[in-house]
Amino acid sequence: MTEKKNYRPTILLIAGLLIFVIILENIRSVFPWLPQIFDPMSPLFTVLKKAAVYSLVAVSMNLLNGFTGLFSLGQAGFMLLGAYTYAILTVPSELKDQVYYLFGGCAFQFSIVDFFKGIFGAGGAGGAFSMVLGCIIALILAGTVAGFFAFLIGFPVLRLKSDYLVIATLGFAEILRAFFQWQRLGPITNGANMIKGFPTFSSFNITDGSGRTILQLSTFIPFLVTTICIAIIVLLINSSYGRAFKSIRDDEIASEAMGIRLFSHKMLSFVISSFFAGVGGGLFAMYVANAQAKAFTSTMTYELLLIVVIGGIGSVSGSVIATFLYVACSEWWLRFLDSEQYIGGFKVPLLRNGFRMVVFSVVIMIIVLFFSKGIMGNREINIAALLDRKKTGKDKAKK
Amino acid sequence: MTEQAPVNALHIENVTMQFGGVVSVNNLTLDVPEHSIIALIGPNGAGKTTAFNCITGVYQPTNGLIEFMGKPMVRNYPKGKDLKNYLGEEKDKYRSLPVLSPTPDEITKLGIARTFQNIRLWKSMTVFENVLTAKHMRADQNVFSATFRGNLSEEKRMREETMELLNEQGLQEYKDELATSLPYGLQRRLEIARALATDPKLLLLDEPAAGMNPQETLQLAEFVRTIRDKYKLTVFLIEHHMDLVMNISDYIYVIDFGSEIAQGLPKDIQTNQKVIEAYLGVADEQ
Amino acid sequence: MEYVISVLLSGISVGGQYALIAIGYTLVYGILRLINFAHGDVFMVAGLLGIYLTAVLPIPVSLPLVIVFTVLLGFTIERAAYRPLREAPRMSVMISAIGVSYLLQNTATYVTGGQPMTYPTIPFLSDTVNVAGTQTKWVVIITPILVLILVTILSMLINGTKIGMAMRAVSKDFETSRLMGIKINLVISVTFIIGSALAAVGSNLFFTNYPAITPMAGAMPGLKAFVAAVFGGIGSIPGAVLGAFLIGICETIIKGLPSSWDVSVFSDAFTFALLIVILVFKPQGLFGEAAADKV
Repeated sequence: MTEKKNYRPTILLIAGLLIFVIILENIRSVFPWLPQIFDPMSPLFTVLKKAAVYSLVAVSMNLLNGFTGLFSLGQAGFMLLGAYTYAILTVPSELKDQVYYLFGGCAFQFSIVDFFKGIFGAGGAGGAFSMVLGCIIALILAGTVAGFFAFLIGFPVLRLKSDYLVIATLGFAEILRAFFQWQRLGPITNGANMIKGFPTFSSFNITDGSGRTILQLSTFIPFLVTTICIAIIVLLINSSYGRAFKSIRDDEIASEAMGIRLFSHKMLSFVISSFFAGVGGGLFAMYVANAQAKAFTSTMTYELLLIVVIGGIGSVSGSVIATFLYVACSEWWLRFLDSEQYIGGFKVPLLRNGFRMVVFSVVIMIIVLFFSKGIMGNREINIAALLDRKKTGKDKAKK
Repeated sequence: MTEQAPVNALHIENVTMQFGGVVSVNNLTLDVPEHSIIALIGPNGAGKTTAFNCITGVYQPTNGLIEFMGKPMVRNYPKGKDLKNYLGEEKDKYRSLPVLSPTPDEITKLGIARTFQNIRLWKSMTVFENVLTAKHMRADQNVFSATFRGNLSEEKRMREETMELLNEQGLQEYKDELATSLPYGLQRRLEIARALATDPKLLLLDEPAAGMNPQETLQLAEFVRTIRDKYKLTVFLIEHHMDLVMNISDYIYVIDFGSEIAQGLPKDIQTNQKVIEAYLGVADEQ
Repeated sequence: MEYVISVLLSGISVGGQYALIAIGYTLVYGILRLINFAHGDVFMVAGLLGIYLTAVLPIPVSLPLVIVFTVLLGFTIERAAYRPLREAPRMSVMISAIGVSYLLQNTATYVTGGQPMTYPTIPFLSDTVNVAGTQTKWVVIITPILVLILVTILSMLINGTKIGMAMRAVSKDFETSRLMGIKINLVISVTFIIGSALAAVGSNLFFTNYPAITPMAGAMPGLKAFVAAVFGGIGSIPGAVLGAFLIGICETIIKGLPSSWDVSVFSDAFTFALLIVILVFKPQGLFGEAAADKV
């Protein structure tokens, strides 16, 4: 009577995709004659990693801005919280003095990875297991800290009208950034300096005794984490709560009149979105291999917002597609615009450092102005339906 | 308890709503007995919708008491600046009692549902989703059980009940269409269905026949009676269509410029001189 | 004491420079209900124009030209990026503003090669003067005076001319004004022209004090000016000016606190903390009017 969604094709496709990523990043070690692009250090994998991280944050932003209609620009601030939480928790104890040398060592000696190593042993499988478990817990805590701050911040700001919410969340992100650069907090945050030395994506590569990599997993890991997180967000969006969020976006007076508690639902969406932004921040720290407050500027939030807009406000699959396109263009495909190019002895004018971003911003403006629905509008890619259509198409052809 | 006197589903007492120097609702007192259909009529700008907004918690009345099912639900008295500028009456009657100011969702939870004069359906949702979402409030779930599908039977129940409601309203064939793509009359019906999805005891209808033709209005009257009987509802409505009001109301209150000018049975209201004057205006006395 | 005076003086001057930007924000918000995120970047571009134009032209010619070009830029942005979205949801226009901001920043990076650019020394403005025993630049003294003069002229324009009346009408009720035959697009263009011109003057004063311009140089003053506008009650010009002076003074005081406290990093954050406090306790700002929603 009501539509029963068929999730199996989607799950299979995503599982296939994840396996494909593993194969892709290891294929050159099996077939060394493959082109340079399959090297794990090539721009392809940089793009894939960064896009995987960004797509989680973009989707989390979409949950808030697209599905709940709360226009917040605090995403970079919550990422910052996540990145620092992850970094502070996972820097190995023996490296802390070295990382925090300006402050005479770290005030926070605990390292979650070392803690598990104390239980499961530091070497071999025990050490690996400790690191994986430590990283997972640190990422969850990264999200939790971000979510908790969102909860505190939510009390004053979620009562504000749309434009004021925008500026207040932006302001909170700036305040956070200032706090984390405060020299007085140096023994915890390392002041304005970066925290490094913690496990990154490449720490997950499986090596043999001599330290040679047997199995690359450094691209797979962000894909895996992001996939799990986005799956949870999608489940939420399709649940009763997700419908309540959408109703608030459409008409909050009607929602309230239908018994939906505005404030608590807005808060829920804000906290959940920030939780995943925090996890994304932790992943971002893993991706860049450091955590530094000055990376999490409002420009980062604007970038994420533009990704969400390009993908379509209110479409998860749109956000993901847009992230991969955006990151690929800005990090790879348009790189050639940044250096001088010659076409048969003729020097192409204008090309020099920075031109890529100009072209890029013009493209974005064109999308914002003339294709305001973005790639997907508010629709989603429905794999089951796509398959069905193909099937029925074939059936018709048979007849 | 022995046999009870008929309970008032809604009892409004001395309710005054003042915005700055404008008194939109002035010392309104009225009763809506259980299972009755009561109408509130008056010319444009008389303060009818404001009265509704006071009942549903959108506005906090400046003064007065609103009881629902015999229990005080909203209560306020003028204070501070409001007191200094207060133009209404009974400014001290409720002063000794605590202020009650529930939010709209709390009032809906108590069992009062409403429709809107200018239809407010959720525009990105289908007909089915509009009704289903209204079931959210009473669903036995939390965000974890809902997200991780811990309570599938609850979701199933909500969907089945939604479908039932749609069938009953004759909206089942439109269930997957966008709510806003429906014709006007059906949108009004959908709003009523959505309100019913919150399991109300009292249904407030804000101009349910606005924009309907006589045929549809007639159907609506029938329909309102049907749902009243089926769901054991009490209905309180604002309306301009005199045909509808006279047809279905058990009792009518008439307000003009925020104050009550008449009350009575439909046939009495029809011949009431004050009401006729309020609607048609009086010749200027010169 | 001298230290206090010098801190206060530079606070007032920074405040005055914010005020000139804040007026642009408050006017545009009053009329379009749009946070014009690109306004801070227009201010930055005006600074760059100052550098490039003074390099080739004498100052009496180049400075007016800077204003002309900045006005042209503001006008074009409105035409190209906001006008097509007149009927679109308000958030789309804001996203467009963010897009424009991104474009201006990236273009500036491209043009300057990402290097900080040195603002030229403008004779007289950069000369030093002795006030109550403290050495300071003339610009510090000139700014508040100039701001007051410009605001007075602007008030006269808004309260005394036909276009000013139209601006007030549009900011009260956009739709009705349109129905009454007010040329909305003209009013909006004029608003952007005034805002950009003031931003150009502000950038001249601001960058004389802070000699280096980077492509990001406009973002923070822009946001602060917006906060000032909110603080004073968005849509109100005196409010914006007052808010800007207050923020400028607070910011310089924080920067001037003993360096052993390590609090100078909070000079920006303080502005936002102030914003959140004001939004929570008096959302309509000091001089703003509360608006009610209709159900």
